[in-house]
Amino acid sequence: MNTEIDSILKKYKPGRRDELIPLMQEIQDVNGHLSEEAIVKIGNYIGLSTTKIYGLATFYDQFRFIPAGKIRVTVCNGTSCFLNGSKAVINAIRELTGLQPGQTARDGIFSYEIVTCMGGCNNGPVISINDEYYPYVKPEQIPELLNKLKFIIEND
Amino acid sequence: MLFTIQVNNKKIKAEKGETILSALNRNGIKIPTLCRMKDFSPTGACRMCVVEVEGRDRLVTACSQPVEEWMKIKTHSPRVITARKTIVELLLSNHPDDCLYCDKKLNCELQRLAEELNIRERRIKARKIKPRLDQSSPAIVRELSKCILCGRCVRVCEEVVTANSLDFIRKGSLTHVGPAMDRDFNFSSCIHCGQCVMMCPTGALHEKHNIAEVQDFLNNTEIVKVIQYSPLVASGIAEELGIRFNRDFDRILNSMLRRIGFDKVFLTGTGTDICIYELAEQLGRNIEKGDVKPLYISACPAWVKFAEQFIPGILTNLSTIKSPQQITGVLIKTLIADQAGIKPEKIFSVSATPCMAMKFEARRDGMMRKGISDVDSVMTVRELARLIRLYGIDVSNIEPEPADEPMAGRSSAASLAEVSGGMAEAVIRTTHFLKYGIEPDKQLMKRLRTGGSFREITVMFEGKEVSVAVIDSLTGLAKLKALVDAGKHYDLIEVMTCPGGCINGAGLPFSFSGSDRKNRVKMIYQADEVDAVNLPCKSPLLNNLYNKFINENKEIADKKIFHTHFEKRNVLL
Amino acid sequence: MEDLKKFLINEVLLFESDTLPADTEKRLQEIRRERTSKPVIFISSGTAGLIAGAGKTFQAAQAFIGDNEPGAEIVKVGCSGPANFEPFVCIQLPGKNKLFFRNITEDKVDTLLNGVFHNDINKDDLVGQQGGRGFELWPGIQFMDEISFFARQRRVVLNNCGCYDPESVEEYIARGGYKSYVKTIRHYTYEEVCNIIEQSGLRGRSGGGYPTGLKWKQALNTGSSSRFLICNAKESDPGAFTDRLMLESDPHRLIEGIAIAAYAIGASTAIIFFRRGSEHAYKRLKRAIESARDYGLIGHNIMSSGFNLDIIIRKEPGAFVCGEETALVSTLEGRRGMPQLKPPYPTTSGLYGKPTVINNVETLMNVPLIMQNGPEWFNSLGTEKSPGTKVFAVAGKGRMSGVVEVEMGTTVREILDDIADGIKEGKELKAVQLGGASGSFITGDSLDIPVDYDAMKEKGIGMGAGGFIIIDETTCMVDLVRHLMEFMHTESCGKCIPCREGTGRMLEILESVIRKPVSEDSGTTLERFKGVMQLETIASVMRDTSLCGLGQTAPNPFLSALKNFRDEFEEHIFDRKCRANICRGLRTFTIDVDKCTGCTACASKCPVNAIYGTRLQPFFIVEDKCIGCGICYDICKFSAIKVK
Ligand SMILES: Cc1cc2nc3c(=O)[nH]c(=O)nc-3n(C[C@H](O)[C@H](O)[C@H](O)COP(=O)(O)O)c2cc1C
Ligand code: SF4
Ligand code: SF4
Ligand code: SF4
Ligand code: FES
Ligand code: FES
Repeated sequence: MNTEIDSILKKYKPGRRDELIPLMQEIQDVNGHLSEEAIVKIGNYIGLSTTKIYGLATFYDQFRFIPAGKIRVTVCNGTSCFLNGSKAVINAIRELTGLQPGQTARDGIFSYEIVTCMGGCNNGPVISINDEYYPYVKPEQIPELLNKLKFIIEND
Repeated sequence: MLFTIQVNNKKIKAEKGETILSALNRNGIKIPTLCRMKDFSPTGACRMCVVEVEGRDRLVTACSQPVEEWMKIKTHSPRVITARKTIVELLLSNHPDDCLYCDKKLNCELQRLAEELNIRERRIKARKIKPRLDQSSPAIVRELSKCILCGRCVRVCEEVVTANSLDFIRKGSLTHVGPAMDRDFNFSSCIHCGQCVMMCPTGALHEKHNIAEVQDFLNNTEIVKVIQYSPLVASGIAEELGIRFNRDFDRILNSMLRRIGFDKVFLTGTGTDICIYELAEQLGRNIEKGDVKPLYISACPAWVKFAEQFIPGILTNLSTIKSPQQITGVLIKTLIADQAGIKPEKIFSVSATPCMAMKFEARRDGMMRKGISDVDSVMTVRELARLIRLYGIDVSNIEPEPADEPMAGRSSAASLAEVSGGMAEAVIRTTHFLKYGIEPDKQLMKRLRTGGSFREITVMFEGKEVSVAVIDSLTGLAKLKALVDAGKHYDLIEVMTCPGGCINGAGLPFSFSGSDRKNRVKMIYQADEVDAVNLPCKSPLLNNLYNKFINENKEIADKKIFHTHFEKRNVLL
Repeated sequence: MEDLKKFLINEVLLFESDTLPADTEKRLQEIRRERTSKPVIFISSGTAGLIAGAGKTFQAAQAFIGDNEPGAEIVKVGCSGPANFEPFVCIQLPGKNKLFFRNITEDKVDTLLNGVFHNDINKDDLVGQQGGRGFELWPGIQFMDEISFFARQRRVVLNNCGCYDPESVEEYIARGGYKSYVKTIRHYTYEEVCNIIEQSGLRGRSGGGYPTGLKWKQALNTGSSSRFLICNAKESDPGAFTDRLMLESDPHRLIEGIAIAAYAIGASTAIIFFRRGSEHAYKRLKRAIESARDYGLIGHNIMSSGFNLDIIIRKEPGAFVCGEETALVSTLEGRRGMPQLKPPYPTTSGLYGKPTVINNVETLMNVPLIMQNGPEWFNSLGTEKSPGTKVFAVAGKGRMSGVVEVEMGTTVREILDDIADGIKEGKELKAVQLGGASGSFITGDSLDIPVDYDAMKEKGIGMGAGGFIIIDETTCMVDLVRHLMEFMHTESCGKCIPCREGTGRMLEILESVIRKPVSEDSGTTLERFKGVMQLETIASVMRDTSLCGLGQTAPNPFLSALKNFRDEFEEHIFDRKCRANICRGLRTFTIDVDKCTGCTACASKCPVNAIYGTRLQPFFIVEDKCIGCGICYDICKFSAIKVK
């Protein structure tokens, strides 16, 4: 992981604040999250204090500081999905996983996030699990769907 | 270029390029502000300063909007007043109802605004913000629920202090200010300068109080209670107690402190004299040796922590001589203890200072001997004033008294050292005097006193150039670095974290205005002109202290007690 | 390949006349697949299609063809708009008109293709036919532009969407693309381009309707040595997906628009600020930029004109507010995306303090068309002050949904009734919301308002960037307003007090209206009523004083709902009723003594222990304790729980 961060850093020019966000995005894409180590390294490389890097990262929804779960659930709560009942779906997921949006379960299996509009408004509520879309989701389906995936992951 | 604008149906003159606010202020119209900071660019965060401009759909912020020739402005129309009032009511709606206990009570800008806008009831009800209290730092307390997110602390810490220890974290209503990784303060790169505390309009940031602790010891009859206070304390106390300051006030303070219950009262200024003298000797030796290493003065504890964190490379050149507070402190625990025949652990030693970082300094590793701290408790001027009020001391009926020997006096240079440039000036003057018996050119010395965050002079020592640099607030370090990188050499470098020196320290009263401070500086400079004892080496008291006490005392004659050590600090930068 | 590239560059792009020689035209027709000897299957593969399963449809079609019709070609095309039809498949047999089929999920592929290839067309899934000159008609099948969804539309900006393979620069050029760009940079000065755009009357499509030509000129006239063009493809309004559709279905036109705009303001760097989470569109856009670069349309000394241009994509890191232009600039500079004071405007001091023009995707999509057809042509479309067309993402409870384009001046009702074809399941309309989460609600007579910046502004309605949400009677307006306010509250950047605190207070008050009383003092009717009165002051101060558009417009949904649906608010406040039966907190549950078997299921699940009873005897609910969560209702197997 150490060398990974270093090799990503090398792709960027040191001391350039304007490329900070793409740099952080790339590190997150590779590592799944921004570790404290990564934040310190980025700070040293860009020449900014860790405080500023952390302040910046926490402003944006994208950055996470704990690894994402193996099953990443994203729920659309855009207006159209809301009208079609996304709230119940969110409640179902919350109930099943006990998580708040943006959190990862302690066992590292689930993490979930709420977004606004995934572009499938006609097929709402829409959720995506590990980048695969599920249209017309009903809250009743959630337990079966997630438990099935969990079973697959656990037996892998 | 001047032109006319119309304000509240009256014509006033405005200058091209200035903001509405500055035009109004010049013409005697007051507009409330909250996020604005003098000499900083406006951010437009608080929206308190809104005014109505004819032809605009929305209200505009006076602090940022440039005046234009045609402008017709209303500053107190019903629409404007409702807006300002609602903004304050919104802030109050979830603010902790803590005013009676709050550290900033009576000095709180939010409270003042609520009063000015005649807010008399809580119309907007809201869920209170969850309290979060961070008391981990030795100097500063963070009460997040009182923060109104004006951003002033973030900006000073970045733009003036350059420590970058604070930033906004998260967004929207979850925003709060804090150090890296949202840790507590003691893990952070904060150098405890307290400039953020001075900026904070509310009680969200304040110093960590030691009053209760001091009180406990004051009640303890088995302990000898000792206090030292630095030169600026007296004027600060005068300000806090609302009396005119004069040169004699030091002596009044002495008797007030004795009435509170301190057995001995010493002047930190004596320690400053020692500090200057030791530094001057060191510099003299360096010049003689032709040593090319610069000597960085380490009297500002915030700067010391800054160096340990951010530029550990210079630590070998950082003078190991302790700060005035610690020198006085260690003398109290050694010399004074010996003299009085008491064990050092039976002494409770308090220091009152205009500096917040000294709270931290007193707890540093190298600031104790055999497990006994040099200084036990550090109080800001504000805390000391509280203590005085608490003991119901009436200033008007008090006889002036001298401080206790042998640390009862100081040279005028010792107060000079509380103004940026003063310490360096005192040291170079002393070095020169010790060598040649005269002081260097006065006009040359004055160039160390004003002129931006980086100042320098060169003094000739037998044809040898001795360069002195003064860094007035840490923004000046960039210039120093550039010059040093370009090959420039300095023999003596003074760095002070607070802009202007300790006179702008974060321990002085909030009400101590800019002009008061300027006056105080003027007095210090004037005193230095007329005082016969204008350098430590001219002070009979100090000679006495050295010859009669220090050199005679086997334990401390090697002067090791005046030295400490610094090392690279690992914090999240 | 190289040969084709040379042909397209030399004989099409650099050909100095607009009418091309007949044999060039012929070759272009082949590229456009208008002349082919083999059947072609077009599969709509936008995000909407993928969500509906177009990926699997594609695989199934591939398998079918491999087995049965090896000569046929399958093309993944962009998305033409009707979301209900996804997966949307079009089949073109040689020489014949195209046939369009709807909802072709993988299981239907074999039957469909089998049928079409044997001239046996399944009418159930058939939508219509579409063709051109020289194609053979299918008898008895309606034309696509006769379907009401398309009939009302005026497709100018979207005319390429769904018609070609968005990853193929060749097809785009064959459809007339990049020609006006090449002409522009070779023959026009910066000022001339700005003038043309100014004359066309094009206005910013992100909602404000700021004249685009004027904006460009402001940046051009700043005497700075470098300038930036930013394409704002942030599109984070909930329920809006127009920009994304354009990006993934016609990326080259966007690139062309960006390139022309960059040229017009003398910028040599253009940045696309890209919405997070649309990986599909991102990949396509990236590939499109690469192929444009390969064709020498981006880069150094483009087409020997002396113009240099680099286009960079920056992925937005996830904050609604960084769609606001000054916040966008902060984000690009690597700072917290908080809006900054204006003035200075970005056109004088934007990215790195340089003059910067920020335009919306749709605005830029219009630019190549104007350069191609002239400002007069553009001016002839739409209304006098708002020329051109507008793209909307119709979503919500309409019968049809998807991305549509109408001429300015079309009324909201026309879009609702004709294009969206009314409300699903014969329900009653409540309102239409334009302009994303901060849009106002349009109801009743107001629905006849034309799509026109000024007409709408006059009525206090913001046109927004393209959201068109249809709301029916099953929706509770109070709950909807609360939902939108919650969105604004979480997305407020937190910089300025009226927005940060105002959204929070408004949300809390709205919550108290739809919730059972939690504690006495905030739960009384009087408090609720006072709260709603407070809301109006807070709302007007937020509008008046907030720093950026987010805070200024956040109260809109509330204010317009209060105006149009006051009775619903009053019912919630005084009668504690939700007519749409959405606000769970207000429902009262009782147990039907006759049906209850005393199984204890409900009592064991009730989170607040509000259900009492003895086993095998009828249970009862203590009304005061019940919080209306409805868990008992869902759990009872004997339908013994009644809602009121
Ligand atoms: C809170 C807020 C969010 C915005 N989000 C977007 C957005 O997602 N996409 C967009 O094109 N413009 C958005 N804008 C408008 C931009 O600030 C800017 O005006 C626009 O990109 C200019 O483009 P135009 O002149 O082509 O309309 C937003 C504005 C505000 C206040
Ligand atoms: S005390 Fe000084 S260094 Fe610490 S956070 Fe405040 S301003 Fe920054
Ligand atoms: S801590 Fe004080 S100075 Fe800092 S943002 Fe909060 S209120 Fe402002
Ligand atoms: S209006 Fe809201 S989003 Fe805009 S600057 Fe103010 S707090 Fe931030
Ligand atoms: S609102 Fe959920 S996909 Fe658009
Ligand atoms: S003082 Fe002007 S916005 Fe805060």
